[in-house]
Amino acid sequence: MNCTDIQVAIHGYMDGELDPLKNLEIEKHLQHCAVCSQSYKADQALQTAVKTGAQYFPASADLRKRIQSSIRQGDKSERVVPAMPWRWLAAAASVAVVVVLAWALVPSRYGLDAEQLVAQEVVSSHVRSLMVDHVADVMSSDQHTVKPWFTGKLDFSPPVKNLTNEGFPLVGGRLDYLENRAVAALVYQRRNHVINLFIWPLSHDTHVKTKGLARQGYHLVHWSKAGMTYWVISDLNDTELQEFVRLVQASS
Amino acid sequence: MWKERNVPEQTVARFEQVVLPHMDAAYNLARWLTRNDHDAEDLVQESYLRAFKFFGSFQGANARGWLLTIVRNTCYTWFRENRPQELTTSFDENIHSTEADPFDPEKLLLQSESGQLIKQAMEELPLEFREVLILRELEGLSYKEIAVIAGIPPGTVMSRLARARSRLKQCLTKLVNKE
Repeated sequence: MNCTDIQVAIHGYMDGELDPLKNLEIEKHLQHCAVCSQSYKADQALQTAVKTGAQYFPASADLRKRIQSSIRQGDKSERVVPAMPWRWLAAAASVAVVVVLAWALVPSRYGLDAEQLVAQEVVSSHVRSLMVDHVADVMSSDQHTVKPWFTGKLDFSPPVKNLTNEGFPLVGGRLDYLENRAVAALVYQRRNHVINLFIWPLSHDTHVKTKGLARQGYHLVHWSKAGMTYWVISDLNDTELQEFVRLVQASS
Repeated sequence: MWKERNVPEQTVARFEQVVLPHMDAAYNLARWLTRNDHDAEDLVQESYLRAFKFFGSFQGANARGWLLTIVRNTCYTWFRENRPQELTTSFDENIHSTEADPFDPEKLLLQSESGQLIKQAMEELPLEFREVLILRELEGLSYKEIAVIAGIPPGTVMSRLARARSRLKQCLTKLVNKE
C-alpha cells in the first residue's frame, strides 16, 4: 500500500472495519510514514471532536405524542398533519378523479374488471418494493439459490432463470401477495431499471395471450403459460421490456 | 384499495415496541439532513406513517436500520421536491487538498464554541457527506448498515467517509482561522 491507498483505507482502519491483515499492513505503514501518521492523528482528533461536539437532536415529547396518536388511528392517519399541503391536496384530487372514473365504470360489473384490478395491485406492489428499499428477500443472481428459497414458502414452484448473459441480471426473489394469494416475485435489473416478475398458478384455466398495458408511467405485460400466470412490470422502455418478456417465455 | 382496514391491536403494540424506540435516531438524522426542526418533525412523522403501513414487510432483524432507510428516502423525496439544488454535489474536490492549510485539532479545541463550529461545518457539507457522517459518528453504525440506508455499495462507504472527513477538515480549518 502506498500513501494514496492509505488515505482512504485509514478510515476503515480507524472505524475498525478492516480485516486483521489489512490492519497490520496499515500499522506497518504508519510506523514508517510520518506524513500519514500525522494525518491519521488529525483524523482521530476530528472523529473525537465530532462524536463529542456535534449535537444529537432527540425527538421532542410533542412529536412523540403526535406520532403515537396517529399510529393509534391506524389507516385514517393519512390526513394527520400533512407535511406538504399541496402535494396532499393533489393526491386527494387524484383519488377523487379515480373514484369518479371507477364510478363511471360501474356498469361493467362492479367497476374495474378482474384484469384491471390485478394490474393495479401489480403497480402498487412494484412501487412498494422500490419505496421501502425492500426489493428482495433473497438477494442472489444464482437461480439455484433463488428457486429453492421459495420452497416451503409457496404451494408451487416458480420457474427461475438467470438472464445475466442476456442483459437482464437476476437480483433476487421476494414473497408478495396478489389476487388474495402468496405469489413469487422475481427481481431483475436492466441498467438502473428494476423489473418485477410476478408468478402464480392460474386460478381457472383461461389461457391469457401476451398482453401489454401502461399504468402510471409503468409498462406491464402479462400472459399465462403452462398453468402459471405471469405479470411483468417496470419503468423500462417498451421495446426492452418486450425483449425481456420473450426471454422469460422462451425459458419457462 | 380505499376500504378501511382494521389494524389489530397487537400489530400496533408490536410496532410501538419495535419501531417507536428509534424515534431519536430518526429525528436526529432528519434534523441534520434538513437543518431545521419544522421540516424534520414533519418528515419523521411521515416516515413513521409509512413505516407503519409497510410494517408487515419488515423481517425483524434491524428495526433502527429499517426505519432510518425509510427516513432517509422520505427526506430525499422531500429534497427532490423542495430543495433539488442540494442534491447536486460537485465531485471535483481533491482528497489531499487540505495540505495548504492543515487541520489543527488543538486550535479547534481551544475554541470555546467548538461544538457550534462543528455544527456549522457539518451543515455546510453536501447532503451525501453529512448523511454518512451522522450515521457513522453519531449513530455508530457499521459500514454495512450505512450502505443499506444510503443505498450505496458497501465498498463506497469507506471512500465516501474519507471524502466527507477531508471536506469537514477543510470547512473547520476555514472557520477556525476566521474566528
